[in-house]
Amino acid sequence: MTATTANPGSLRSRLSRATGGTRSGRAAYLYLVPAFVVMGIITLYPLAFQVWMSFTDMELRHLNLRLGEQPQFLGLENYGNIIASALAIPNYDFLRLIVYNLWWALSNVGIHLVLGVAIALLLNSKGLWFRRFYRAMYILPVVIPPIIVATVWKNVFDRDFGAVNLLLAGAGGFIGLPAEVFQIDWLRQVQSPIEWLLPTWDGGPHLALPLAFYAMLVTNVWLGWPLNSVVATGALQSIPHELYEAAEMDGASSWAKFRHITLAYLRPAMIPYAIYGFVVTFNLFHLSFFMSNGGPEGRTELLVTQAYRLANEQRLYGVAAAFAVIMFFILLAITLVANRMTKATRTYSL
Amino acid sequence: MATIAQKPLSAGIRTRSRFSLRSTRGGPGLLRQAVLQALAIFVLLTVLFPIVWVVSLSLDPLNRSRPEGLSIIPSNATLEAYGQVLQRPTNNPISFAELAFNSLKIALSTSLVSVLIGVFAAYAFSRLRFRGRELLMLVILGVLMLPTVATLVPLFVLLNSIRVELPVLGEFNLRQSLLGVGLAIVSGLLPFAIWNLKGYLDTIPKDLEEAAAVDGADVHQTFLRIILPLSLPALAVTGFLGFIAGWTEFYFTSTFLSGSVPNHTLALALYAMVGQFSSTPWSAFSAFAILFAVPPALVYFVAQRWITSGLAIGAVKG
Repeated sequence: MTATTANPGSLRSRLSRATGGTRSGRAAYLYLVPAFVVMGIITLYPLAFQVWMSFTDMELRHLNLRLGEQPQFLGLENYGNIIASALAIPNYDFLRLIVYNLWWALSNVGIHLVLGVAIALLLNSKGLWFRRFYRAMYILPVVIPPIIVATVWKNVFDRDFGAVNLLLAGAGGFIGLPAEVFQIDWLRQVQSPIEWLLPTWDGGPHLALPLAFYAMLVTNVWLGWPLNSVVATGALQSIPHELYEAAEMDGASSWAKFRHITLAYLRPAMIPYAIYGFVVTFNLFHLSFFMSNGGPEGRTELLVTQAYRLANEQRLYGVAAAFAVIMFFILLAITLVANRMTKATRTYSL
Repeated sequence: MATIAQKPLSAGIRTRSRFSLRSTRGGPGLLRQAVLQALAIFVLLTVLFPIVWVVSLSLDPLNRSRPEGLSIIPSNATLEAYGQVLQRPTNNPISFAELAFNSLKIALSTSLVSVLIGVFAAYAFSRLRFRGRELLMLVILGVLMLPTVATLVPLFVLLNSIRVELPVLGEFNLRQSLLGVGLAIVSGLLPFAIWNLKGYLDTIPKDLEEAAAVDGADVHQTFLRIILPLSLPALAVTGFLGFIAGWTEFYFTSTFLSGSVPNHTLALALYAMVGQFSSTPWSAFSAFAILFAVPPALVYFVAQRWITSGLAIGAVKG
C-alpha cells in the first residue's frame, strides 16, 4: 500500500490497466467461466430444480422413467406438513428438531470454548515441561476423520462391552457396587442413571432430552476443544508481556490480570471462531447419524440427519426438497445473526 | 497504531518489573510444575483413551465377537483381524484394496478438479474488478452456507434421469456410478475451493504484481507467473482437505451407490460394519477403522502447521 502512494500517478494508471481497466474486466469473465459453467450445471440448476420439486409430491415411483408418471403439483402443501409436523413418518416433530438442534449447538460450543481456553492457558503457563509434546498430542482428535470418530465412539458407549461402562464398573467395584449397575444403554435408553448429574427430560413431543445427548456431547467435546485451543493459543501468544508486567506494577491481582488482559485479548479471536463452531456443530451429521441414529424415538435427530432420512430412507423426494428449502432459510437466519454478532465484536478491538 | 504509542512507555516499565518478577516467582516451582504436569497428563489420557482402546480392540482375536474387558494389550493378541479386513471386510464380495481404490478415485478426482477450476475463479474474485462481482460472490457464499445434505435430493433425481444404453455393458445410470458421485461431490467442493483460495490470494501482498505491471505484464501473465506459483501451498492444502472430504464421503456414496457393490467405498463398508444388523466382530471393525484413518491422519499430523496456515475459512463443510 505504501509503495503505491510513493509514486501515485504513473503506477496507478498502469496498475489499473493491468487489474482494473475494461480489458481486465473482460478477462475476469474468462477466468470465471469454467467455475460458473460447472457450478451452473451441478449446483445452481439442481438447487433451482429442488425448489420446483418442493412443490410436488415426487416419490420413488416417479423416478422410474419407464412408468413415465408425472409428479402432481401440490403448491405449499409439503411446507405446511413439515412445519405442522403432519408428515406420515415415525418420530417426526418439527419444533422438537429445531429446539434440540439449537440446544445441541449451543451447549457444545459453550463447553468447547471454556475447555479450549482453559487448556490453552495450561499449555501456555510458564516453564511447563514437555510443552511441545503435549501440543502435538492434543491435536490427535482433529486429524481422525469424523466418520471414524463417530463409529468408534458408538462402540465406546456400548451397553455390554463399551469402554465407558467397563471403566465405570471397574471404578464402581472399588466402592462395592455390582457390575450390573453399569449396564447403561447410553445411546438407546431414555432414562438417566443419575438424574441429578445428567438430567433428562421427557416433556412430550416438543421438548425431550435423552441420555444419548450426553454421550454425544462427550464425544463432540473430545472432538471439538483442540481446535478451540489452537485458536486460543494463537491469541494468547499475541499478548504483549509488558501488559502483565505493567499490571503487576500497579498491584493488580491475578484475577484482575486474567479478566482485563487475557480475556480482553482472547475475546476478539474466540468469538468469531465460536460462531463458526456453532454453525459447524449445528450441521454435525456424523455423531447423530452413526452414534444414536437419531434415537431414542428420534430425540437426537438434527435437521441434517432428518433431511438425509427423508431422502434416503423415506424416499419422499418432494418433502425432502421442501425440507431442504426450509433448512436454507433457517441457516440463512443463523448466518445473518452470526454476521451481526461478529461485526459487533469487531468494534471491540484493542 | 495503539501499540506504537504504548511501546516507549512499556519499555520503561520492563526494566524495573523484571526485578519484581524474580522475587515473586521461582520459590514453589516444583510443586507448581507437578500440578501442571498432572493436569496435562490427565488431558492427554482423555485424548488417547478412545484411540488406545480401538488399537487394543483391533488386536483382539477374531473368534471373540466382543472384547473381554479393558486391557491395553488383550490376551492372545493377534493381527488376524487386519488380515481378514484386508481380504474381505464385509459380507459383500469386495476387498479392502478395491474399496480403497474407489475411495481414492473419488477423492483424487474431485479434489483435483475443484482446485484446478477454483483457482481461476479465486484469482478473478481476489484481484480483478468487474461488474457483478459482489453478486457472484454472494452466490458462492450462499451455496457454501448450505450443508451437503441440502443438495442431495435434486442431484439424486437429476443424475438418476441420465441413462445411456451401452452396447455390451447394458444400461449406464450416471447416478449409480463413481462419476455421478464425483460430480455431486464437486458441486459442494468447488465453492469451498474458490472461497478458500480467494481468502489465501487476498493475503498475498500486491507488491510483486505492481512490479510486474510496471514491467508491462498483463492479467494473464500476472496470474501464470506470479499468482499461481505463490499460491502453490494453498492449492496443496485446499486439495488435501478436499481429498479427505472425498476419501470419507458418506452422503452421496450411500444414497447413490447402495445397490452397486463394485463401486462401494471405504465409508460404505464402515457403515455396513457398524449397522444395526451387523455381526462384524469388534476386532475387525477396529482394524478397518485404523486402516481407513491412518493415511489421512498421518498426512494431517505431519503437515499440520502448513494446513492451518493455508486454510482461510475453517474446514470443508460436512
